Amino acid sequence: MTTIFLHRAYSRVSRLLPLLLLVPLLASATGMGTADAFHLLGRTGFTPNPDEIGLYAALPREAAVDRILAGVGTRAVTPYPESVIDEAGSQQVRLSEAQRRDFVADQRFRTYDLRAWWLSEMLQTPSPLTERMTLFWHNHFVSSEQKVRLVSLMRDQNQLFRENALGNFAKLLHAASKDPAMVIYLDAASNRKERPNENFAREVMELFTLGEGHYSEQDIKEAARAFTGWSVERRDGRFVYRRALHDDGEKTIFGKTGRFDGDDVLDLLLARRETSEFLVAKLWREFVSPQIDRGEVERIAKILRDEHYEMKPALQALFLSKAFWDADNRAALVKSPVELVVGSLRALQITVPDPSPFIRTLRVLGQDLFAPPNVKGWPGNDVWINASTLLERKQFLDRLARAEEFGSAAPRQAPRAIDRPPGPPSAPAAEAASQRSAFVIERTEALRQRAVVALRDIRLEPKSWSESLARSGLDMQSALLATAPVVPVAMGTQPSLRTVLLDAAYEVK
Amino acid sequence: MKRRDFLGLLGASGVLAVSPTVAMGMGPTRDSDRFRRLLILVELKGGNDGLNTVIPYADDNYYALRPQLGIRADGLFKLDDRVGLNKAMLPLMPFWESGNLAVVQGLGYPQPNLSHFRSIEIWDTASRSNQYVDAGWISRALLASPVPQSFTADALVAGSSDLGPLAGGARAVTLGASGDFERQARLATLANRPGGGALAHVLRVEADVSHAAQSLGGAVALKTEFPNHEFGRTCRTACETLARSNGVAVVRLTIGSFDTHQNQAGRHTALLTQLSEGLSSLKSALVELGRWDDSLILSYSEFGRRPRENQSGGTDHGTVAPHFVLGGKVRGGLYGQTPSLARLDETDNLPWQIDFRQLYATVLERWWQLPSQDLLGGKFQSLNIV
Repeated sequence: MTTIFLHRAYSRVSRLLPLLLLVPLLASATGMGTADAFHLLGRTGFTPNPDEIGLYAALPREAAVDRILAGVGTRAVTPYPESVIDEAGSQQVRLSEAQRRDFVADQRFRTYDLRAWWLSEMLQTPSPLTERMTLFWHNHFVSSEQKVRLVSLMRDQNQLFRENALGNFAKLLHAASKDPAMVIYLDAASNRKERPNENFAREVMELFTLGEGHYSEQDIKEAARAFTGWSVERRDGRFVYRRALHDDGEKTIFGKTGRFDGDDVLDLLLARRETSEFLVAKLWREFVSPQIDRGEVERIAKILRDEHYEMKPALQALFLSKAFWDADNRAALVKSPVELVVGSLRALQITVPDPSPFIRTLRVLGQDLFAPPNVKGWPGNDVWINASTLLERKQFLDRLARAEEFGSAAPRQAPRAIDRPPGPPSAPAAEAASQRSAFVIERTEALRQRAVVALRDIRLEPKSWSESLARSGLDMQSALLATAPVVPVAMGTQPSLRTVLLDAAYEVK
Repeated sequence: MKRRDFLGLLGASGVLAVSPTVAMGMGPTRDSDRFRRLLILVELKGGNDGLNTVIPYADDNYYALRPQLGIRADGLFKLDDRVGLNKAMLPLMPFWESGNLAVVQGLGYPQPNLSHFRSIEIWDTASRSNQYVDAGWISRALLASPVPQSFTADALVAGSSDLGPLAGGARAVTLGASGDFERQARLATLANRPGGGALAHVLRVEADVSHAAQSLGGAVALKTEFPNHEFGRTCRTACETLARSNGVAVVRLTIGSFDTHQNQAGRHTALLTQLSEGLSSLKSALVELGRWDDSLILSYSEFGRRPRENQSGGTDHGTVAPHFVLGGKVRGGLYGQTPSLARLDETDNLPWQIDFRQLYATVLERWWQLPSQDLLGGKFQSLNIV
């Protein structure tokens, strides 16, 4: 595959830009080339634009991986919108039924703004890997706004994931377990001495650390006692340890006995080899292949343990593993909806001042940010694509290629921030209107106006994109596809952008 | 007992690769005959208020719990000396009188979850309250016993693009406003590429979509008149496509939202009217197509609503509810006991009487002649409805 792409690339360059030819050619003496660069950038971030491909093509694999890891950040470059900073969100004590409804609705609208903000960050970030790992942790330590219902808590949890995106897993596990959104999501607050709730204790073992089959029901019962007393101060939404509700007695977990508290249990979990292997296997499925290579997972898990759960050395080993680059593992993963949407907008260098119209796209494609389907998160890969989502994906790409969606007719309906959570209850706008408060009606209209403006301001600039293709010595297929197109292109012709985007090969990475 | 276990059914998304010869169902029924028997699922989104649908008018507790919302005797049709059907469902009375309407009371499950999202997931996946399963129960059934390849698709979906019980493997075609599917399907390509993995999966789904679009015949003009409201249009779209299809096993329709937390009365009446008018037109179209005797229509919803009305003239999330089963072969009547409002649980909700998986077992065993135990994760007694 590599040679085919390179050949195409070079033939185009030699035809069009003889002078620029020197740059990629010289680089290719030591660099990994455009196909490897495309693969690395797409797998560790989002589908790259031609300039990024050109830049990385000149580097050897090791240097490229180092550069990506060195570029990882801990803070977003996009400022929060005001509605997300505003702490007016903290729960007031006495609300009438109508006020309570408006409060919940208000949080929903703010969450909509938070989604738009995260999408902006994914589009703007100089370190796509930071956002991919932030999303990875969102899907590992799942919480959903559907249950948490306070935008400030979802915002802070998201920032916690970003801050520790490639930091230390042990530290993140402790922090995520005490994260207020998590405490609410997994009912930790109702876990009390004499009346333990096992929800958190079970998830922490099954989904955050060991994986199924590596603990007993007794371990869970005992661990639940250790976590008693962890709660959230409803007034300010902060984590609080309520000593009076904590069960201070002896517990026996994994054969060890002591007056363990919650942090002790997390340390016991971190001390077990299965935790590192469970996490590395999940990273393998995220970045390398749906097929686990047991030996490789064990090797990298050992690195993770030896480095005391620092993520960077483990990810470096993962990205430099033979399997990561193996021809059989190219185009082996289905792009998630976020990757499809953000990747397309980034790869085509489309200007998106306000990405809010794409919130609905993601929802329809099955990945509503801040609202994973359940505690297990999005199952991913093949599950992303069924007959319904496939056509929605194609329709999004079709519009993108035709730039039809943008700047043309105003949307007929407001984006549904509130009346349409993913899945359950939705009401046809007119019927529901009678049940809406003036506040909700006003905010819905504001959202509609916002979508009109947002769509108008999205710009696809084919000319400058073609120029950047030429600069990097790429043709459209090698800049956009992880494998040869499924629909063959007639000899001597150039496919249209639409043909490339609608090819099945564009769905995978 | 294990609170949760993951059934690892992710692999079910590879269903389509299974050739029809691999999985023979039990008994002599051939798959093409089996799936001549159509299942039509109607999801009442948002949680339908069962107590104002099938009304326990003889129970004084009902009127005590619902001083404003309680439906009086003149607002219902008596089905027996204890319950009556909301008058808004007048179009269903002919079904009742001809013995083609079964009302299954007290449907629910142990340890009920009151979240829309979680509870509908439990219904869609036929899982226990504390068990997480990825693939829908219909998808799993069709994995074990595939629909013949010659069929247009496993299922038609109208009214919403949620796949519900068809998620995770079934070849489901989502119908928008008429014509949308075929227009969209042109975006799918039919191509082959050796090899497996992600790309093979994408190509398989593309092929399913193309196959479905191509196997649809020309437009069929149905004589049936469909009501002019959203659910009526949903029924029309589904029936017109069914008429043009080369067979489907399942049709999934949705209507909503039934999430009536406030000012319930007018809205709920309107929804029940739409539902009944839609079902009535559905029957008429199925009779016209010669399919009424091999159609089974089932309504369901994530939960019922709380017996006690709230302060906003509405009702909050509850647990059990009655549901409807209709069809040419259905033995009409009341099934299960009328809920006893004197006996509520600690959340002021009704305890379940019939597990919803018994309804699914009825579909699997009696309608499709398929075993249900493995699929439903336990033995659930089917109901003597068909």
